[in-house]
Amino acid sequence: MNWSLPENVSTFGAQVDSIYYLILGITAVIFFAVEALLVYFIIRYRHREGRKAAHIHGNTRAEVIWTLIPFLIVLFLAFRSRAVWMEVKDPARVPPGALELRVAAKQFEWNVTYPGPDERLGTADDFVRRGQLRIPVNRPVRVTLASEDVIHSFFLPEFRVKQDAVPGMEIPVWFQATRTGEFTLGCAELCGLGHYRMRGTVTVYTAEEFDAWQREQSRAGLAAAN
Amino acid sequence: MSTMAIPQAGAHAVHRDERPFIRKYIFSTDHKIIGIQFLLMSLLFLLVGGLLALTMRWQLAWPGRPIPGGAILPDTMAPDGIMLPEFYNSLVTMHGTFMIFFAIMPLLVGVFANYLIPLQIGAPDMAFPRLNMMSFWTAVPAGILMIASFFVEGGAAAAGWTSYAPLSAVPEYSGVSTGQELWCLSLIILGFSSLMGAVNYITTVVNMRAPGMTWFRLPLPVWALFITAILVLLAIPILTGALILLFFDQVLGTGFYLPERGGQPLLWQHLFWFFGHPEVYILILPAMGMASEIIANGARKPVFGYHAMVIAICAIAFLGWIVWGHHMFQSGMNPMLGSTFMVTTMIIAVPSAIKTFNWLATLWRGDIHLTVPMLHALAFVAMFVIGGLSGVFMASTPVDIYIHDTYFIVAHIHYVLFGGSLFSIFGAITYWFPKMFGRMMHVGLGKVHFFLTFIFYNLTFFPMHQLGLGGMMRRLYDPTQYAHLQPLQELNQFVTINALLLGAAQLLFVANFVWSMFRGKRAEMNPWRANSLEWSVPSPPPHGNFAVTPIVYRGPYEYSSPESDEDYLPQDRPPAGRPAPAPDLVPAH
Amino acid sequence: MLELRDSVVVLSAGLLLVGCGAGDSAGGGGEAAAAGEETAAAAAAVDPTTVGTISGRIAFEGTPPAGTPIDMSEEPTCAAKHPGGARTEEVVVDGSGGLKNVFVYIKEGLSGGPYPPPAGSPVLDQNGCLYEPHVLGLRVGQSLTIRNSDGLLHNINAKPTANRTFNISQPTKMETTRSFAVPEVMIPVECDVHGWMRAYIGVVDHPYFAVSAADGTFQIANVPPGTYTIETWHERYGTQTVQVTVAAQQTADVQVTYREQMAQNAVVPLGQPIHLHDHPAGAAAGGR
Repeated sequence: MNWSLPENVSTFGAQVDSIYYLILGITAVIFFAVEALLVYFIIRYRHREGRKAAHIHGNTRAEVIWTLIPFLIVLFLAFRSRAVWMEVKDPARVPPGALELRVAAKQFEWNVTYPGPDERLGTADDFVRRGQLRIPVNRPVRVTLASEDVIHSFFLPEFRVKQDAVPGMEIPVWFQATRTGEFTLGCAELCGLGHYRMRGTVTVYTAEEFDAWQREQSRAGLAAAN
Repeated sequence: MSTMAIPQAGAHAVHRDERPFIRKYIFSTDHKIIGIQFLLMSLLFLLVGGLLALTMRWQLAWPGRPIPGGAILPDTMAPDGIMLPEFYNSLVTMHGTFMIFFAIMPLLVGVFANYLIPLQIGAPDMAFPRLNMMSFWTAVPAGILMIASFFVEGGAAAAGWTSYAPLSAVPEYSGVSTGQELWCLSLIILGFSSLMGAVNYITTVVNMRAPGMTWFRLPLPVWALFITAILVLLAIPILTGALILLFFDQVLGTGFYLPERGGQPLLWQHLFWFFGHPEVYILILPAMGMASEIIANGARKPVFGYHAMVIAICAIAFLGWIVWGHHMFQSGMNPMLGSTFMVTTMIIAVPSAIKTFNWLATLWRGDIHLTVPMLHALAFVAMFVIGGLSGVFMASTPVDIYIHDTYFIVAHIHYVLFGGSLFSIFGAITYWFPKMFGRMMHVGLGKVHFFLTFIFYNLTFFPMHQLGLGGMMRRLYDPTQYAHLQPLQELNQFVTINALLLGAAQLLFVANFVWSMFRGKRAEMNPWRANSLEWSVPSPPPHGNFAVTPIVYRGPYEYSSPESDEDYLPQDRPPAGRPAPAPDLVPAH
Repeated sequence: MLELRDSVVVLSAGLLLVGCGAGDSAGGGGEAAAAGEETAAAAAAVDPTTVGTISGRIAFEGTPPAGTPIDMSEEPTCAAKHPGGARTEEVVVDGSGGLKNVFVYIKEGLSGGPYPPPAGSPVLDQNGCLYEPHVLGLRVGQSLTIRNSDGLLHNINAKPTANRTFNISQPTKMETTRSFAVPEVMIPVECDVHGWMRAYIGVVDHPYFAVSAADGTFQIANVPPGTYTIETWHERYGTQTVQVTVAAQQTADVQVTYREQMAQNAVVPLGQPIHLHDHPAGAAAGGR
């Protein structure tokens, strides 16, 4: 068994992963302790002729102990998780200076609208790419996620990003890449018979590459429209 | 209500049963026959549901390769045996639907609540026997409708067992119209069946306990089933309401869940999971109760912390109502709400932990007989630990971002519902089989079935954790379409091979079940030397159960008591020097 | 079982005074009748010695809009089939001004048959992530062969209003057949995996229809003598009707001209890519 998560390439991903490994550690200890005890008891107290089991109904102190300890552990985990969760999902915590994109999901495509060189959505130099999410490295990206038909789920495994795209809602998602390269964009919510093909590519460019690409695409788009 | 009337009723009930066959076995009002009817029906659905899962697994391991024997399938499902994505989605949906609504839920609630409650509380039958009969005969058409939906134009429902709108509400999105409508209708009908059962179970436990059967002398299966019945009574109407709205969206053009008509897709999710999370506990609480019973019996030792067990059941049932949002962390729900649901979800792990520790403590210093039911009950504990611990991962909101809707969740749900519920069900069937049919199940076959199931079960579902951690999404027709999933393909094949073996091992259970029913060793009255009341009547018990209303003197788990020379002490055995019941032992109402 | 929806709708409509299902329930009843008509048809009903031909040309006046370039970079298999890059096919005009992909059919004036039974099974091919042909005519009840030549997932989401909708998939190279039970001009067909893919199928209950070729010409053969109303349909420039009289063994000439300004008749709104953000109003939601 390989319990490690795949490579992480987003800024907050490391914190997400650390919570995962923390829970993995705690649950692994509990798992081995409980299962070992179970096996030990089964062997140690297996039936032998002439032996009678102890007549014990319980022990209040033991109950209190094994109620309190798990309670404290889970509260600790909830407390640790909450901080990371809010950093990832709270719309008010998107870092400033983010690149604004719009991702419209539809059966079975991700259509990404880029703002063009003016960095503003809703202007003439916007352009749309199907299934291609291209972003600059080391810069926050704020995606406004929408859906045109059913519920999809915007899943960037290497970025530790997942957010359902719900028709009728515009949901902000942010992330920041820590290295350049090609990564996966997938749909994680059953959205119909083409669900398994609703995929795309995330390409992380350097800032210069991204600007050049965006300028060129935008110019080509404007030329085609005229 | 006076319980004094019961002894007479009980005495009258036991006479020669001269009802015609159809009243006795088909439209029977006897809770035991109804329990067995539910048993046969839900085992059938269990097999069908398993077969659907194996078909699905074939496609996941070898995408696009013809299914063996798939040539018999029509072109709308699998032309030339090659599965179509829409059929795959139907398989996913119907596997979940069959297993949850038509196999596990009726196996626990329909079968054992029916069979055990009157026998374990010392009642002649259910409070409302006719309602009980109607409960079963309402479930049958629901099952027929669900199966029929495979054969209508467009095929069976394909929006997942959670049936998220708008996919489930608009035929143009899913390609399925009639199938999706039948799905709703079937579950609405099944809901009425569950409600009739729940009302009956609650009333029976409250009103029909034998003299001396105080609340804290109830066997734990009864406690669990009683609390479960309350959950069913409160949760099912919510599902029914949600389904009616969905059905209106499908056929009347309303838009409760459709934004373009003023609706809200998240409304469905809130309603569904407001039902759905209590439903999860409906599917596990009775399993816990029955496992407790079997473990105490197998360890020849009182259940450790009986009161704590009861409190934990009640706590789970209560907390189960305020955790539904953890299914929706990534749904677009306010993230603040996510934090709140995380806390409640984390806390619900505590009563589950309490139960686990109490099971362990029950084994401690016991005298463990590894009977077939005991093996299953021990496996239940071992597997429930895994299912419970993996639940902590998804309870943590940030970790859930990554594992939500991946195979990690699939692994988790199967560790709880197969590793948990189903092992307990196998144990319970083996344990109460002699009472139901008057014959023992074959021990050798039972052990082989257990070990094969235990091994292949783990080889099937444990690697799914890794598939999920590798980023494999749920409900994917062809995972090889994603570059990041291609390295996991060998693991997918490994899982499928083990799933096929796991499926094959279940044939042993079927064989054992059928063979033992007719050829098994004749069972005595109390083959497990157990304490609860059902073991003080013949196997199988006559119509009306008890010749004389039993009087209960003690709790159900007085194993290895110093009061007795044997290692058990039945609940209705009068204590030495106390031949008659004291009036204060009559339960207060 | 199959009629469940219809009966429920009718029932509920009666109860709740909602009339939304009326058109739908009519569809179910019409199927059997239409199919019966077709099979009972006898070729002898149309005298082969007297039939004439309608032929003509669809011309385009103005500057035709260029198709929208299609971004196939996520589907290398398809992109390879279009070395010069693919464009959408809403308006295809050749050098001489002929307008392609106009569906031409006799709308009125036919005696009602019987007509010779439909021959063969027209093919709607999915090749290079485009439909071939883009516009297709079909008889009521005639089998339509839907072919996937790409070997990658296409789904065929037909969105008729009078006929039953269907949404099926073809994950690999394969063929599937479907038919339509009642006449309907036109039925849009879409692939949701490749949002740019769109075709139109005209379903009529007689054999007198055609689709204009690349040079705008078309021909409808074996037409019994008579006076007819011909309708032409184009996805962007809408419909036009002309009267034509066919004499025995003669060829009647029909010339139809579409102008740039007719774009307001558009079936698909101008000026935006047809696929990216909008399903045609109502079609996706499918009021039932």
